Amino acid sequence: MRVLGIETSCDETGVAVYDGERGLVANAVYSQVEIHAEYGGVVPELASRDHVRKTLPLVRQVLAEAGLAAGDIDGIAYTAGPGLIGALLVGAALGRSLAWAWGVPALGVHHMEGHLLAPLLEEPAPAFPFVALLVSGGHTQLVDVAGVGRYRILGESLDDAAGEAFDKTAKILELPYPGGPNLARLAERGDPRRYRFPRPMTDRPGLDFSFSGLKTFTLQTLNEELPRAADRAQTRADIARAFEEAVVDTLVIKCRRAVREGGRRRLILAGGVSANRRLRERMGQMMAEEGGEVFYPRLGLCTDNGAMIAFAGWQRLRTGQCEPLAFSPRARWPMTSLPPV
Amino acid sequence: MKLLAFDTSGEACSVALWCDGDVRQRLERVPRRHGELVLAMADGLLAEAGLRLAGLDALAFARGPGSFTGVRIATAVVQGAAFGADLPVVPVSTLAATAHGAFRQQGVRRCLVAIDARMDQVYWGAYRLAADGAPELVGDEAVLAPEAVPVPADADWYGVGSGWQAHRAALHARLAGRLTGELAEVFCEAQDVAHLAADLFAREGGVAAEAALPVYLRDRVTFSR
Repeated sequence: MRVLGIETSCDETGVAVYDGERGLVANAVYSQVEIHAEYGGVVPELASRDHVRKTLPLVRQVLAEAGLAAGDIDGIAYTAGPGLIGALLVGAALGRSLAWAWGVPALGVHHMEGHLLAPLLEEPAPAFPFVALLVSGGHTQLVDVAGVGRYRILGESLDDAAGEAFDKTAKILELPYPGGPNLARLAERGDPRRYRFPRPMTDRPGLDFSFSGLKTFTLQTLNEELPRAADRAQTRADIARAFEEAVVDTLVIKCRRAVREGGRRRLILAGGVSANRRLRERMGQMMAEEGGEVFYPRLGLCTDNGAMIAFAGWQRLRTGQCEPLAFSPRARWPMTSLPPV
Repeated sequence: MKLLAFDTSGEACSVALWCDGDVRQRLERVPRRHGELVLAMADGLLAEAGLRLAGLDALAFARGPGSFTGVRIATAVVQGAAFGADLPVVPVSTLAATAHGAFRQQGVRRCLVAIDARMDQVYWGAYRLAADGAPELVGDEAVLAPEAVPVPADADWYGVGSGWQAHRAALHARLAGRLTGELAEVFCEAQDVAHLAADLFAREGGVAAEAALPVYLRDRVTFSR
């Protein structure tokens, strides 16, 4: 079975084809990052306007790259939430309508399930069960995964998502948009021993997160340190490093707890922040200490993409799941409400 | 000629099937539920007529102006269906289709169409319609304050569309002496889109699926830092 996947939940237009026998056969992403850079964040209406211009050309491009024609696609999966409703509607309307025209089944896919299953696109793929850390600009969740659609939320952020904390702190450090990756780049030049930031909510039991206090702490540190700094550039790098260490360390502490408490041997990392080099290193060390393994997708599949949507859709469509001739994406949609496969 | 027309630009969701001058329409006024209805309406119309999507000559849609999200729903639906069935697309102005609605319902042939655009503005277009209902745009389509709409040189016009409800006083003050009547309850329907599209398609043909794009008129949607 070959599934076309369409992702338009935020500021990336992604289209891909997943083939049950050959794996991922085509994958293209168009990023709107330049459109939103001027505003310092994603402008929903501009995102929607761009999706409606870019999605169909990307579908054409992906089919051409894969050497596929209309009759070669057996199902269509599109992101049905969570995300920006106007942006979601573009991919949903186009995907559902194209499936109608081709006479193939269609399915609205949960964006975070897409991220969660993305590491299964790699070799070797992690076997179920595992613990998943979903970290992106919109989400920070620890999920126990027994199988496709068998999810238990172990913990989540009570305020800012980890990626959001990266982006907001980057703004405080006056780094250009998109802030997260730029902050990580600056942190590489920083001295991890100069400052130590708090590790929020690690001094108590539980697996929830809170990252909003860290950006305030960063701002205070910056205001105190920068005026009397001999080397301002180095001080900013040191502060960025301290922030990154605090976020990464907090995530590592909670993941270790989750793996131990659940008796799991495998941890997967997914979502935009899972591209962070330091996070990958530290999680690798931690799981080695725990006698387990860590899995994550290649960098291009960490950020939003159509491949993960095609793959998650394929997991469900192949079992006969599909939807009626309608589309109704949702801005909010708890992942635990998904049916098991 | 056979074509299927879509409108989701406002509160109503409608689809119409045009078969050589005979038109059938499904319409429901259900705000925010367009996605649940629009494809089933289209599928139902085709089934009823014993037609297949690929057997049509073209698809048409109300390309705006109107609700940004609403206009994009019809756009994306038509892009997907047109690409999938390899059909050309005929984009039709929401304002022109509304003028045609006034002609179809009341025989009105001089329409000052105003659709409520929120933010104290209206989407505006002045249309003269021929005896067969073919609209001719006088001036340009625009989004502007009701106090600033262009005033025609001559009289005997009808005010048409939701803008005449939302900004009745301001529009009547601006257009004093130019108006004969008002049809504020007329709104864009797929059957009017189909009428105009059939004519446009016969004269000019359609565009490729990816060239079927919204016309928003309001392009300033952000405030730069």
